[in-house]
Amino acid sequence: MITKKDVEHVAYLGRLELTGEEKEIYTRQLNDILEHFQSLQQLDTGKVQPTAHVLPLKNVFREDWVGQHMSGEEVLANCPDREEDYFKVPKIV
Amino acid sequence: MARYEAVIGLEVHVELKTRSKIFCDSTTEFGGAPNTHVCPVCLGLPGVLPVVNKTVVEYAIRVALALNCQIAEFSKFDRKNYYYPDMPKNYQISQYDLPIAEHGSLEIGEGGEAKKIGITRLHMEEDTGKLVHQGTITTTPFSLVDYNRAGVPLIEIVSEPELRSPEEARRYMEKLKAIIQYTGVSDCKMEEGSLRCDANISIRPVGSGAFGTKTEIKNLNSFKALQKALAYEIERQKDVLEEGGRIVQETRTWDEGQGVTLSLRSKEYAHDYRYLPDPDLVPMVIKKDWVEDIRNSLPELPEERRNRYVREYGLPDYDAGVLTNTKELADYFEQCVTACPNPKAVSNWVMGDLTRLLNANNVEITGCPVAPGQLASLLRLIDEGTISGKIAKKVFDEMFATGKDAETVVKERGLVQISDEGAIAAVVNEVLEKNPQSVADYRAGKDRALGFLVGQVMKATRGKANPKMVNKLLKERL
Repeated sequence: MITKKDVEHVAYLGRLELTGEEKEIYTRQLNDILEHFQSLQQLDTGKVQPTAHVLPLKNVFREDWVGQHMSGEEVLANCPDREEDYFKVPKIV
Repeated sequence: MARYEAVIGLEVHVELKTRSKIFCDSTTEFGGAPNTHVCPVCLGLPGVLPVVNKTVVEYAIRVALALNCQIAEFSKFDRKNYYYPDMPKNYQISQYDLPIAEHGSLEIGEGGEAKKIGITRLHMEEDTGKLVHQGTITTTPFSLVDYNRAGVPLIEIVSEPELRSPEEARRYMEKLKAIIQYTGVSDCKMEEGSLRCDANISIRPVGSGAFGTKTEIKNLNSFKALQKALAYEIERQKDVLEEGGRIVQETRTWDEGQGVTLSLRSKEYAHDYRYLPDPDLVPMVIKKDWVEDIRNSLPELPEERRNRYVREYGLPDYDAGVLTNTKELADYFEQCVTACPNPKAVSNWVMGDLTRLLNANNVEITGCPVAPGQLASLLRLIDEGTISGKIAKKVFDEMFATGKDAETVVKERGLVQISDEGAIAAVVNEVLEKNPQSVADYRAGKDRALGFLVGQVMKATRGKANPKMVNKLLKERL
């Protein structure tokens, strides 16, 4: 059961500012989602191995070679704010 | 007043010197103009696919084996979510519940008393970008971000909370550094940040089995800082408890200038990383024969090498410890001994004059202007009696400054030792004649007078007289 407090906590971790109304809506919606997934609990998984990944793949590696870098202008093309060649963000200490 | 003991555990981050980053083919090269060593993957652009650099896994296993860890048969990567702009994705790819290795150990004993410190786990992760601030951190309204370092491979090595003093913590770090350097996977330069350390520390009454509340100390950029910060933090926590207060679980930073630890932020709320398996990266199944191949390729490690020096070269344990502290110094020593099979003499020179000049000139042993063979030739000149030990020091200084061979310096400076008995006897006679008072003093039992007379002969020959012969001739005449 997700409470309004859980929603506020998750919102804080994601630095989201929610109105009182939004908190009510998200609490209800998140509980609906969890309830929907509860139906999975009815399956008998006693003989199923825990899985870390849905793909039937393992050991996908690359060799240690250096490739192409992006050009400076491309790197910074979509950033909201920049200073010289740096990304510029609000100070976070 | 209750007596307290410290409980310390270290989290050590080591940058691996692969060519490319852990999940993409951007270079790991240090420095570079801001945001030039980046690609869509390490910038966290939408739709990209990270792929694990195989060499990172190999290096991690290498270090894990050198630290007696058990290598996981099954391992995976997870996302560690947090809100801080040093990672463009807002998460760091790390390993949570299935690290590449666990259950290792490290001996930190010195001399006879061995102590084994447990290593909880070793895992792989990506390094973060760097934040730059213009002006001071308190006045600037902005942070500037350089992602060149984002995605550089790291291993994190977590110790058990089995260290009991700041000295033990420093020794653990020194040993760890030496072992990792021997494996050849990192430079381990604390001052450049390729070896970093955070310390968890709490105190408890001696004899208590329970743990006190711990604090985490960051910004420990040298062995000295580590030791000083821990010593400070022990006293601070004692004071708080003595005054009836309680320790707050928090992250603190070491302020080198003020010599204090300062509170950074309360950890009680922020510590919520919501780890989840990274769906972009498939699991790793580590084959036994791969692990064995890596094990077989490990070089001789510091502890073995130290023991061999005592056994094979007959060196004191102290010498063996100093010489094997870094692989480079030990390699230098061995090359020297091969050319001049007098291990104790080589050891004295390497630990003495060579180390003195390296430190004074801030040069690494790998950049030493005197090659091992050149030092060996110098020592042979002493053995053969061509120059005295004292002159040899002068010759060595010049070799270090110019890179010239010992023979060349000796020839150019006319420093060949005078071992001609007749020539030395003439000088000895002259000195005795000029210093009747010292002669009388010596005969009256003042042994120190002999040292003065020897000094006069050496001075007259500009240090070139064979000292043994000078002593012998003086004594004969006195």
